Amino acid sequence: MLDNWTGISMEAFKKIKTIVTPLDQINVDTDQIVPKQFLKLIQKSGFGKYLFYDWRYDENENQKQDFVLNDKKYQNSKILVTGENFGCGSSREHAVWALQDYGFLVIIAPSFADIFYSNCFKNGILPIKLEEKMVEKLKHESGELEVDLENQLLKTKTEEIPFEISPYQKMILLEGLDEIAQTLQLENKISEFEKHSKIPSVL
Amino acid sequence: MGKTLFEKIWDAHVVIEKENNPSLIYVDRHLVHEVTSPQAFEGLRLNNRTVRRPDLTIATMDHNVPTKDRSLPILDQTSAIQIHTLEKNCKEFGIQLFDMNSPNQGIVHVIGPQLGITLPGTTIVCGDSHTSTHGAFGALAFGIGTSEVEHVLASQTLWMEKPKSFEIRVEGKRKNPHAVTAKDIIMSIIKNIGTAGGAGTIVEYSGQGVSDLSMEQRMTICNMSIEGGARAGLIAPDEKTFDYLRNRKYTPKNYESLVDYWRENLKTESDAKFDKTFTLRIDNIAPQVSWGTNPSMTCDVTEHVPFPEDYSKGDQNQKKSAERALEYMDLKSGTPITEIKIDRVFIGSCTNARLEDLVEASKVIKGQKVAKNVQAMVVPGSQMVKKEAEELGIDKIFIDANFEWRESGCSMCLGMNPDILSPGERCASTSNRNFEGRQGVGGRTHLVSPVMAAAAALEGHFVDVRQLDWD
Repeated sequence: MLDNWTGISMEAFKKIKTIVTPLDQINVDTDQIVPKQFLKLIQKSGFGKYLFYDWRYDENENQKQDFVLNDKKYQNSKILVTGENFGCGSSREHAVWALQDYGFLVIIAPSFADIFYSNCFKNGILPIKLEEKMVEKLKHESGELEVDLENQLLKTKTEEIPFEISPYQKMILLEGLDEIAQTLQLENKISEFEKHSKIPSVL
Repeated sequence: MGKTLFEKIWDAHVVIEKENNPSLIYVDRHLVHEVTSPQAFEGLRLNNRTVRRPDLTIATMDHNVPTKDRSLPILDQTSAIQIHTLEKNCKEFGIQLFDMNSPNQGIVHVIGPQLGITLPGTTIVCGDSHTSTHGAFGALAFGIGTSEVEHVLASQTLWMEKPKSFEIRVEGKRKNPHAVTAKDIIMSIIKNIGTAGGAGTIVEYSGQGVSDLSMEQRMTICNMSIEGGARAGLIAPDEKTFDYLRNRKYTPKNYESLVDYWRENLKTESDAKFDKTFTLRIDNIAPQVSWGTNPSMTCDVTEHVPFPEDYSKGDQNQKKSAERALEYMDLKSGTPITEIKIDRVFIGSCTNARLEDLVEASKVIKGQKVAKNVQAMVVPGSQMVKKEAEELGIDKIFIDANFEWRESGCSMCLGMNPDILSPGERCASTSNRNFEGRQGVGGRTHLVSPVMAAAAALEGHFVDVRQLDWD
């Protein structure tokens, strides 16, 4: 069933080592991650320029100097560290496409909103839940962080921090699996289920 | 140990189960709209895949549609492209679409129940977080991302870790059910549990405070489950549920035999255990007004804008977040809520744009006028709601009071169409999210019930609707 999955769609997740971008806010909603005016596009690519748009730019489209993403120090960062309940609100996957297109591959927070969390895995982004104390420490301790998904470890200069992830989601990321191709191999199980379903069609 | 309603529906939809893995869950109803589906259809095309069950899939256009004259072309080219893309995709993949000119068009969460597509005991998904609305009928209904939309289109299933269960009991009786509404109940719940209080759970709302509610009011409650962090919220079906769905356009032919089965089975057993519980007593709750930039930043209409230190109860992150919210909202701590002046009023959205919402709001404004300097609009949740309201003469009451009476859609709940706030404008809104910029960049949203919005429109500031003279 799940043991012999083979199709590949996303880029497989590899070890990452970059500086950490601290976004010191809780309850960051997906309306902030990508504002609605950019949801009208019909492709998945190119959303990076709209990431945190209203926080990054003023009404004349000039960069706001006090927003962390506009600090040159963080321009090559692939790791965002932020507050609890990240990604709450709208289900828009555009939020994840924007983070990924901008260059973030890891998001660390004390907690994530459910739909956002599941959207991450479909797009090769690793969301890591850590204790709030540890998140605060990472946020304020500037410097490089290594993310090793295979061994479920974060490595700073001075310490190694383990993190939890479900085996299924770990496999999806490490192998970059095409979930749909795998599910379609289970056609006979789905058809079997449908034979017993009591719920009639709409049409 | 007995099962909860959620567990019963979950178990009945498991296609494949394996320890330490998510389960493969069957989807009975897939609702599709123009914003979160184009990339999913494109994915199918790129991989030469088809829609497995077009007969379980229904589409409409709601987020982008103009609410003014629909015989005119859509001016925003990107909106027009997204709408035409949905038409093209539905045609190519054989999906029934209620387009802009259909009498069945409307906000997807309003039309599902109205058409009898939403049914108890079913699993319902849509690329939209307010899919939780359909839980009012005892369905397991939740929002999904676009990759999951593609997965459901292709396979009619989803991989999912089983969520935890959360019982929210609503006990007691409201003294004035016209003034203190379902919106005030759900906002009170969110104020108490917080925006992440329901994270990782499916909520079941129970108790007399819930069974007393009409179906439309129950939808308001379930709709905002996501604002409390829960992916879905549901209510056990009863005779009100079965009556509501009887004789709708798509009510199944074998409806009565389904009702017999649902009546017997769709309830939480008395010895079932929830992972989490919360109880709200509603005997004395007041109308609610949000003051901040997330839905838990809410207080009674009789209160003052809070001080960040009182709101945060010692949590530094919460305090910072309240300070930021007050700055964005341009509000001073200590200001009475009833002294906050508004510029705009929006009665609409999947939370509060059903017939009953409009009827209740119209009772408040009948024979009166919107305050000078206030611009007010009503956007019915669907063309069916609009027609029913017009048959009752509700449109005339609003128009005579100087409200604009529009065509149906999501409109200013999220402002993807031309209905937006200008920077700095303050709005009393019956929608569900008061996030920064949600209704327009720089716009300031106060979430309220339809009657509270109507009263604010007349006075130009918030008023306690309990003090109005209700017939």
